[in-house]
Amino acid sequence: MEASTSERPAAAEGGVAPMVRFDRVTKRYGALTVLDDLQLDIAAGEKVAIIGPSGSGKTTVLRMLMTLERIDGGVIWVDGEPMTHMPGPGAAGSGSLVPASQRHLRQVRGKVGMVFQHFNLFPHMSALKNCMEAPVTVLGLSRKEARERGAELLSMVGLGDKLDHFPGQLSGGQQQRVAIARALAMRPKVMLFDEVTSALDPELVGEVLTVIRKLGAEHDLTMIMVTHQMGFAKEFADRVCFFYQGRIAETGAPAELFGNPENERTRQFLSAVLEAG
Amino acid sequence: MLWDWGYTWEILPVLAGAAIVTIEATLVGFVIAALLGLAFAILRMSPSAWVRLPVGGLVEFIRSTPLLIQIFFLFFVFPKFGVTLSAFTAGFLALGLHYSTYCSEVYRAGLENIPKGQWEASIALNLSPWVTFRDIIIPQAIPPVVPALGNYLVALFKETPLLSAIAVLELMQTAKILGSENFRYTEPMTLVGIFFLLLSLISAAGIRQVERWLKNRRG
Repeated sequence: MEASTSERPAAAEGGVAPMVRFDRVTKRYGALTVLDDLQLDIAAGEKVAIIGPSGSGKTTVLRMLMTLERIDGGVIWVDGEPMTHMPGPGAAGSGSLVPASQRHLRQVRGKVGMVFQHFNLFPHMSALKNCMEAPVTVLGLSRKEARERGAELLSMVGLGDKLDHFPGQLSGGQQQRVAIARALAMRPKVMLFDEVTSALDPELVGEVLTVIRKLGAEHDLTMIMVTHQMGFAKEFADRVCFFYQGRIAETGAPAELFGNPENERTRQFLSAVLEAG
Repeated sequence: MLWDWGYTWEILPVLAGAAIVTIEATLVGFVIAALLGLAFAILRMSPSAWVRLPVGGLVEFIRSTPLLIQIFFLFFVFPKFGVTLSAFTAGFLALGLHYSTYCSEVYRAGLENIPKGQWEASIALNLSPWVTFRDIIIPQAIPPVVPALGNYLVALFKETPLLSAIAVLELMQTAKILGSENFRYTEPMTLVGIFFLLLSLISAAGIRQVERWLKNRRG
């Protein structure tokens, strides 16, 4: 990753700077360009669904924002701060940015939380301990405060009676709800959902989507989700982005994109998905 | 007379005293091996090649040279550099150092078996590398490798007779002295064998207990 110039996201006409900005972000694996010059602004509190065929780079968008992948070009901004980069030495205000240090990453990363397809709970810890680990060791909460916060979040996701259960004793849907509570315990501003229902049995999908719906209604969170649940995307998202071959092929309000897709690829994808199920 | 019971009872307390020295060298040596081995395994995962490669080289070097030479080196050569160690200290240090390299391979297997998702969840929760190892990775990596570590405990124990080469008064050395003083080797050597057999069986049972305890602790 090289030094870059990128403008601090300015307030748009609405008067609010975007919560997340991908500024000309490129990601390559060897010769394969997974994301090509991605330009995407996401407003605070906005709920964005990312859809597209597999290999279109949609999961990579979330993984880059969570700093799980390094980027090869461009800058990602979160809440007005460069995340993948930091201001270069002695260059304050000049717009010159150098790749972020581990220390800088740890400072900015706290604003983002992520829920994974395969839950990734810590199997040797109870549901409650899963939710307490990071608040205690990263945020410096006392064990008592962390326990209260964790218990509250676990009851919010409907698992108030499962605090001492280990992940192995929970169903997939329950595990995923613990994972949501665990991410929320860090009080992120941006929540990422990476195909969070794909690994679940069909009858368990509903309970996880209900929790996400509730989060959207009750919290002022910016939410970005990669999903194959077109019905949920349509109903829940403020905006849908259709990715194709590492680019945003089409973006718009769900009603437009699902009801009257402009792009030929979007049409093909949607009809294939709808046919399948 | 092939076996003299009177002589047997006479030397038994002496050998039992020497067995204590053997056990001490084993335990201290193994604690060093277990801790240093974990440190080696973690350092070999460092993102920096400046750390990873030298540590890897050192581990391979120690593992590929005979323990006996390492014992001699610590005891006879270190004093030339101003580091004089007692025979016992040189002995347990050499045992610990040598077996730490085997333990590090065992830990490495345990660490490599941790799914990538555990590391990614740790990053997503912003855990520091130190907390990630201490709370997430190590507690999951160690229980499955306890049996393999236990094998090395028994192996290390059975190599303690090498310390007789620098005259540590452990079981073997004591038996040799008894044998040469009385011109009878049958009883002391047989007793040494029995001591080793008993202690190996006891430690194998102990390791099984630890395994069971680790398994139950998970709930």
